[in-house]
Formats: sequence, C-alpha cells, structure tokens
Amino acid sequence: MEDLRSNILAYIDKHETCSSTELCKEMNVEHQKIVGALNSILAFGEIISAQPEVTSRLELTDEGRQVADHGSHEAVLFASVPAGDGAPQSELMKSVPNAKIGFSKALANRWIRLDKSAPGGPRVYRQVESVSDRIRHCLQMVAALSLDSLTAEERAELKKRKLVQEGRVTVYRVAKGPAFTLTLAKEETELTAEMLATGVWQTLTFKAYNFKALGQQPDCGHLHPLLKVRAEFRQIFLEMGFQEMPTNRYVESSFWNFDALFQPQQHPARDAHDTFFLTEPAACRLDAEQADGYLARVKAVHSNGGYGSIGYNYDWKESEAQKNILRTHTTAVSARMLYQLAQQPQFQPTKYFSIDRVFRNESLDATHLAEFHQIEGLVADYNLNLCHLMGIIREFFHKLGIRRLRFKPAYNPYTEPSMEIFSYHEGLGKWVEIGNSGVFRPEMLLPMGLPESVSVIAWGLSLERPTMIKYGINNIRDLIGPKVDLKMVSVGPICRLDK
Amino acid sequence: MPVVQIEKAALCQCLNRKDFTDEEVDELCFEFGLELDEVTSEREMLAKEQGDAKAAQMGDQLSDAVIYKIEVPANRYDLLCVEGLSRALMVFQSLAQPPLYKAVQPAAGMQQMRVAPSTAQIRPYVVCAMLRNLSFTPASYKSFIDLQDKLHQTICRQRSLVAIGTHDFDTLTGPFLYEALPPSDIVFKPLNQTKEFSAVELMQLYSGESHLKAYLPIIRDSPVYPVIKDANGVVLSMPPIINGDHSKITLNTKNVFIEATATDAHKASVVLDTLVCAFSQYCSEQFTVQAVQVNYPDGRASIYPSLAYRQVDIQVDYLRKGVGRSDSQLTIDEICNRLTRMCLVAKATSDATVSVTVPPTRHDVLHPCDVLEDLAIAIGYNNLEMSLPPTLCTGKQQPLNSLTDKLRLEVAFAGFTECLTFALCSEKDISERLRLPLDSLPAVRIANPKTLEFQVARTSLLPGILKTVHSNRSLPLPLKLFEIQDVVYKSTDSSGSAVNSRQLAAVYYGKSSGFELIHGLMDRIMQVLGVPVDQYKLSATEVATYFTGRCANVLYKGSPVGTIGVLHPETLAQFDLTLPASAFVFDVEKFL
Repeated sequence: MEDLRSNILAYIDKHETCSSTELCKEMNVEHQKIVGALNSILAFGEIISAQPEVTSRLELTDEGRQVADHGSHEAVLFASVPAGDGAPQSELMKSVPNAKIGFSKALANRWIRLDKSAPGGPRVYRQVESVSDRIRHCLQMVAALSLDSLTAEERAELKKRKLVQEGRVTVYRVAKGPAFTLTLAKEETELTAEMLATGVWQTLTFKAYNFKALGQQPDCGHLHPLLKVRAEFRQIFLEMGFQEMPTNRYVESSFWNFDALFQPQQHPARDAHDTFFLTEPAACRLDAEQADGYLARVKAVHSNGGYGSIGYNYDWKESEAQKNILRTHTTAVSARMLYQLAQQPQFQPTKYFSIDRVFRNESLDATHLAEFHQIEGLVADYNLNLCHLMGIIREFFHKLGIRRLRFKPAYNPYTEPSMEIFSYHEGLGKWVEIGNSGVFRPEMLLPMGLPESVSVIAWGLSLERPTMIKYGINNIRDLIGPKVDLKMVSVGPICRLDK
Repeated sequence: MPVVQIEKAALCQCLNRKDFTDEEVDELCFEFGLELDEVTSEREMLAKEQGDAKAAQMGDQLSDAVIYKIEVPANRYDLLCVEGLSRALMVFQSLAQPPLYKAVQPAAGMQQMRVAPSTAQIRPYVVCAMLRNLSFTPASYKSFIDLQDKLHQTICRQRSLVAIGTHDFDTLTGPFLYEALPPSDIVFKPLNQTKEFSAVELMQLYSGESHLKAYLPIIRDSPVYPVIKDANGVVLSMPPIINGDHSKITLNTKNVFIEATATDAHKASVVLDTLVCAFSQYCSEQFTVQAVQVNYPDGRASIYPSLAYRQVDIQVDYLRKGVGRSDSQLTIDEICNRLTRMCLVAKATSDATVSVTVPPTRHDVLHPCDVLEDLAIAIGYNNLEMSLPPTLCTGKQQPLNSLTDKLRLEVAFAGFTECLTFALCSEKDISERLRLPLDSLPAVRIANPKTLEFQVARTSLLPGILKTVHSNRSLPLPLKLFEIQDVVYKSTDSSGSAVNSRQLAAVYYGKSSGFELIHGLMDRIMQVLGVPVDQYKLSATEVATYFTGRCANVLYKGSPVGTIGVLHPETLAQFDLTLPASAFVFDVEKFL
C-alpha cells in the first residue's frame, strides 16, 4: 500500500494529471486498489485532488473473475490432458471443473481430439503441444480497465459467454493538490503518554477526527423516570415548607380509609368493584380508636350527625369499619396525622405532604393500573378558606410551570367546598383536569378533636399523569411494572418540571 | 359520575336562550359544577354503539337533534333527570324562583298502606306517594322511567337499599298491603309477560335475563319474598325484582301511585322526595303531591312523602370568611340572593345571621359548609381572590424516604438501573417461583382480585425484578437492576393489621453469575451507610431461592438483615431465564 501510494505520487509528479484507469495500467494493479490508495492519500489533506467521473464499463462476472484468476475452462481442460497418452474422457469429465464447456471449446479450437474407439472407452489426446489462453488474457485486460486493446469480436464473445457484463465504474481524474508532496508522513491516531514524555508529539501528524460519529456510552446506572418526577414533587413541597407524612402502610382499615373521612358505609367507593378487601388479615382491631371515644364520635356523626350536621341517618356498623383494605388513597394517612395533631395539648398550624402508592380494584387499560401514586398536600390552620386553597394550589402549580388555572365545583365525600383543578393545555388547546381539592368537612375534623376554628385545605393529583406527559408515554404499562422498557429508563432526560 | 342527556333545544328553551353555543353551555356547566361530557345526537350515539351502517339504515327513525351529555355530581340526585337539571339551571340563571313543593291530604282521606310484620324478615320499610292529574309526553314519560333507573343505580345501590315501583292508580283499589310471603304463595302476571308465574318460577325465568338477574340475589335465599297488593289482592310488585303487569303505567296514565320499599328508611324517603319533586311539575296542580299513610305493625303511622323544608341558621361571618370577603364586599342581601339562585332560599334574621331553607330536593345539604359551597358557586369560584395561607412551617422529610432517596442515587452511581414494579402479585410469584412454601410466608391476601396477578401483596422485591429482566433480556448484557420499595407482611400479633418493610434488592444477570459484583455492590452500600467493617459480614446459609452453597445471610451487628447469593437454576427457570444471575435483598429500615 505504501509503495503503491509513493508510485502514484511519483507518477503524478511526472505527469501533473492522469486518470485512475491510467494508473491501473501503469502500476498493473486492479482499479479498486488504486481507488483505495487515492482515498488514503486524500486523507492526508490537499496533497492531490481527485474528481470522480461515472462511466459505463465492462466488468467481470463471478465466472469471469474465476477465469481471469485460473484460466479459461478450455485451457484448464487442455492442461489436464497428459501429453502423449492422453486420458479417458469419463475421467476428465469427472475431475476437471467446468469440463463440459472446456471440452467443447477445446475441441472447437482443435486443441484436443477424441478417440471414441480407444480400448477402455473414449479417450482424449492433445492435438497441439501448447496453447495460448486468449480468453484469460482478455479478461485480465477488462479487470485492468484497458479495454482499448479488445476487439469488438472479443467483447461480443466474452459477453456471450457471460464472463463480463456492463457495469458502472467511477473513474477519478487525479491532479496535484496545493499541498503536493512525494512523502506521506505516518498519521497518529492517539495522543499517548509516551508522546508527551518524549515530546515527540510536536513533530507528529495526527489523523483527523470524525466528529460525526457517536461517542462511547458511559457505563452507568439510571433512576426510574416516575421516581425522578417524584423527587421533583418532593422538592417542591419541601421548598414550600411542607412536612412529609409516613405513608409506608399499604394495608389500612376501612375506618381510617373511609369512616374517619365521613364517607358513609354504603358509598359506592366501598364496593368490592372499587376496593381491594383482604382475607388475611381480614379485619383489624380498633382498640386505640375506641379507647378515647373517637370511634363512638365517628359512629355518632355518621348515624345521627352532630357538630352542626344532620349526618347520614343510617345504622353505622363497627364491623364494617374493621374490614381491612388496600388503601384507596393516601388521605387515610392524612386522617391519621390530623387525628394525632388534634391530640396535642395546643394546636400547631401544620403543612403536610405525601407521595405514595394507592390501590384500586379497576380493570386495567392503557391509562389505569390497579396501583398508582397519589400526590397530596394539606394545610391545617385557623380560618383557612377557599381563597387560601386556590392560592396555595396556584403557588404549587406555578412551580411546575403551569400558569393558567381555573377551578370547577365538584363533589368529594370528605371535602366541602370541593374544587377540581383545571389547567389550559396548549398542545390540546383545551382545559384539562389536573387535580382535585377541597376543605375537609367539619364532620371529619371535629370528631378528631381539632378546634372548631381550624380548617384543613387539601389537594391531590396522580404522579403517573404528569410523568406520562413529561416523558411522552402513552401506555402506563410501559412506565410501571415488569414490562417496563429499560431502554426508555436509560435514555430519559433529567426531570425539570418547569421546563 | 352519573350522566344525564338533555336535548339542546329543550335546554335553550328553558334557559330562554335561542342562540346558546356549545361553548357557552360548557362554560355554564363548569361554573355550576357540572361537566359537559359530550355533544352528540340520537343518530351519532347509535352509530357509536352499532356502527354507521346501522345508523344510516334507521333513516328517519333517528333524530339528528343535538343532545348534551352532562355529568352531574354523585350527591345531587335532584339533577339526575332533565326536569331537575333544567329547573336548577333556570333558578341559577335567575329565570325562575325555586318551587315550593307540597304534600296534600285529600279531604276524602289518604290512601293507606298497611305493613305486615312478615316484612321485617326481608325488607322492612315502604314509603308511598301519588301524583294526581298528570299528563305525560313521550319525552317526560321516558324521563320518568330513566330517573327511576338512575336512582336505582346510585342512591338505591342497585335496588339493594331501595326499590321503586310506579303504578297506574286507576287500575287499583286501596287500601294496600305490604307483606312478605313464601315464594310459592306469590303468583301474578309480571310486567310485559302474558301469563302468571309463581315467584319460584320468576326467579328461574329472570336468571337468564341480563337486566334483572343482578337483583335476584337480594332476596333469592330468603324464606319469604316481599310483595305489595291492593285491596282486591292484585299484585303491584314483588320488590326489588319486578312490578305486576296489571298496574303498569303508560303514556296515558293520569294518576301515578308510587311505592318504594327499602332496608334503609331514610334513603327511601330521599328517593321518594326526589322522584315526586322532579315530576310533580306535570300535575294539574304543579309541585303538589298527594300523601299516602303508611301503617306499621307496631301501630306507628307515617305520612309520605315527607317533602320537609329544613331551616338552618348560619352566621354571616362564617359565610364571608369562607369565601374571603368582607361585609362591604358581600352584603347580607347579596348572600341571600346568591343562595336563592342555588335553590336555597335565604333571608336575613339579623345583621349577623341568615336563615336558609333547605328544600326537599337538596338532601345533599348536611351542614352549613354545604351552604358555603353553594354560596361560593353562586359567586363563581374563579371570581374569588386568591391568597396564600399565612401558615409558616419548616419543610421536613420522612427519615426513611430521605435515606431511600440517597441509597437510590448511590446504587445508580454504582451502575445499576432502577426498576419500578407492582406491589401486588400472584401467590405463585412469591412462593413457587422463588422455591419457597407459601404457608411459610406472612403474605397479605386479597379477597376480591379481578385477575390472578393480584392475589397477594409482595413479600419480596425479587419476582418483580426477575420479571423485568425477562422482558428486557434482549438488551446488551449484563443487566444490572435494583429496586428500593416496600414489601408487606402480615402482623404477627393479634392486631389484625399488616406492616410495610422498606427493602433494597439488586440483581446481576449475565454470561457468568457475577456474584463478586453483587457482593461488591453490597460492600459499597455498607461503606456509604458508614457501617464499620467489623459490624457487617456474610455468613453461609441455605435459602431455597439461591443455589446450594452459594447463599449467605447478610449480618449487621450480628443479626441477619438480608440474603445474598447466586440464584438457583430452578428459580431462574421459573422466570424463563437462561443465564446465571446473582442477587441480594436486605431491609433498609435496619439502617435508619
């Protein structure tokens, strides 16, 4: 290769300009190798210039290439026939490749003769002492792109024998470049410690980098996108001064999940269609709740009312409240926390948040799973009202980069007033629901023992929905569960909710 | 939430707005707390259900008139029909005054319903009322049937709490009797049948009927079934299953006798109030209902419908504070006007108090906070001035969650990728597939899962991670996965509760078992947890999930906090994995 490159440079030095086919003939090398050598010279910079010209040329077929390398079939056959005694035809036909074509061509050329009546079967003898393999020679000229020396008959014959075919060849017009030189410096690919130590880097030429290629991926671990979004929401709550609630309790009593929230026992949400009940442990004891009379107060407010309420007027059953379930919302934990807050000697205004799993016995589809994450924030203080609720929700969503909000009256069993939160979705060009909120009902708070002038405002949303929007995921099963695509996990960008 | 269909033309007419656009209707609904779910037509609805071809084939039989499908809040039974919904919107738009509903007792005496003691065994309550001189149109007739259906599906809890029967009074003769009889003693011609059946035969007949079969279990196993008869022994209904054919109502019915049987007397009364309030507007004497006396076996007599108006005195200060307005911004008059627009007629009884009259259509009002919400709606939620709560607090994380987040980062830094799998799984996932006997596990079991995937709460993170490996096994190897989440254990004490336990699990899956890498990750975690080397060690043990001789307990201060090892080839086979894997699981809470 290096010799070929030097030879080419020397030729160009002498002739100023030439074609790649000319170089072929001159160096007696195949065209493909000339092109390779030219490209390698070009990689050194503007030493030469090479203008491509596409032309239609004859090129060898696979069979043609074989003949060019090993000789024509007839020449091969001729060589297989021993001078003098000859050989049996059947043996030749078996042992020589392409014997059939070779035999008939050699016969037609009168290179051999066939004695059909020889003892032991037909026998083949040489008819001339030596042959010149014209076909092979022609094919070698085609390979070297020196076609001028082929006659029209020869071309026709090669084509007919399917040894050549018409093809397109890119031929280069080569000339000296601005930085023409006869000697090519060896290019280095890497800057090594040794080069630095010896200082040799100063005299070396370095191979140009291909900046279009991708780099090598670092070997690293990844965090799950949903939990990256969770981290952002936690951060927002912490920035706003909220305390995290201990929500590591998936199994909850119906009492804390529903009854404490003033959700009546015949409420449809308490149906087996919506809620996972348990066989083990099927029911829990409510001793602590009973001990200080809280259970009795909850029972009373459901059945007969109190605290200014007329109640639901039904027969409240403790056995129903004892039933264990997988919590349907983290508000069950909020209720426990508010109850604890009420047990303090002096009420302390408080801001709480949580982000954790909840469970619904739903039919699964692209947007619903039996478990999902609920984000919840609440503020307990004296004299809070709807304006405060809307104000803190606005603050919270501003931090998410959501600015256009409006509020729709809604119904929740445990909040009154209640508001659904809508935001304007620029992409969809319409208002979409993004969360739910309200002021906890007095029938929930007062039996706990909270002072009458204390209000608790709260709002909630799912973690999955903003995550699916953020990461462009349409099927929730691609996000959570064993079918998660780890590729998606590894390529997901960092989570900046306000971007 | 329930959905009510209302024709655009009808809505425009009652709201006196010919040029109502869909956007304006949407806006009105939004402000009032309804949701315009869909704008459609009879033809479009059929096309959606049965295809365009069928809809085209029906030709002129289908109307193209615009229909609004409107979602109403689950506690507003008064809005479940076109009549109630349009009246509420008319009052809200100050186009009508809230009606005054009356129950009257005719001079000639009330109709009587006697309750037999036998009903106590199955369905002890009944309430009744009559709508007199009523004229149905095809639309109002359909709406009347629809409302009963919607009430059955909502407050009546699929007829289990309350079941409504409506009858053509002119085919009947009072007094009436509500009793409970053995099924074979009840024989009558049920609605839309041509011959008589016994109750036993009816239960058989309807067991194949998609609409009615859901209600059969309410009474099926009872020795006696409820039945209502008139003075001549004509069966009005066998609640909560079916009415008799004899007294069925038609478009031409003028006098409607309504009975509602129940296991919950209060809800029965609410249902009856709701039905008569919505349809008494079609009576010759509007909003007036004829009362019926119900006589209980203990001698008690009750008169229905109750149509009770309840007075609630509310401090004006409470209302003003609730919507964040001062007395100059919100006068008593304005409070009264706005509440009246919500059908809550209010008048000032002093400078400091309003007396609010809660009508029999508004059984959702339980407490002054419900009145406050209506005031806020009448002002418009989006007209309120937002302000931040003055509450000053310091943000604080749960120590366990804070530790979890820090560990997640460290494990990801070490080159492992986080999975997020379900907390619920099958029994097989935690037992057979991990080669552990099910009865050795403190698993919480679910009573009513819809699929086998959710039989238990997980007791280990491993099945979820190994399933994730399985569905990602075509990715370049090795796979290095982890998860830090909660598993759930049934409590060992008698409290009948369960506890979460925060666990960290990691799996290496590749051409070799990679135990040294999993072990290295464990060492690294102990290092970042600041555990001195002498407080942490591995000690050989046997756990069936792991390969024999390739499993150890992770000991922290001498007691086991987790397990580590090469997974057993049969564990791998259970998850359809063909390459070796190593794993560990340990309890994060021990390091709090």
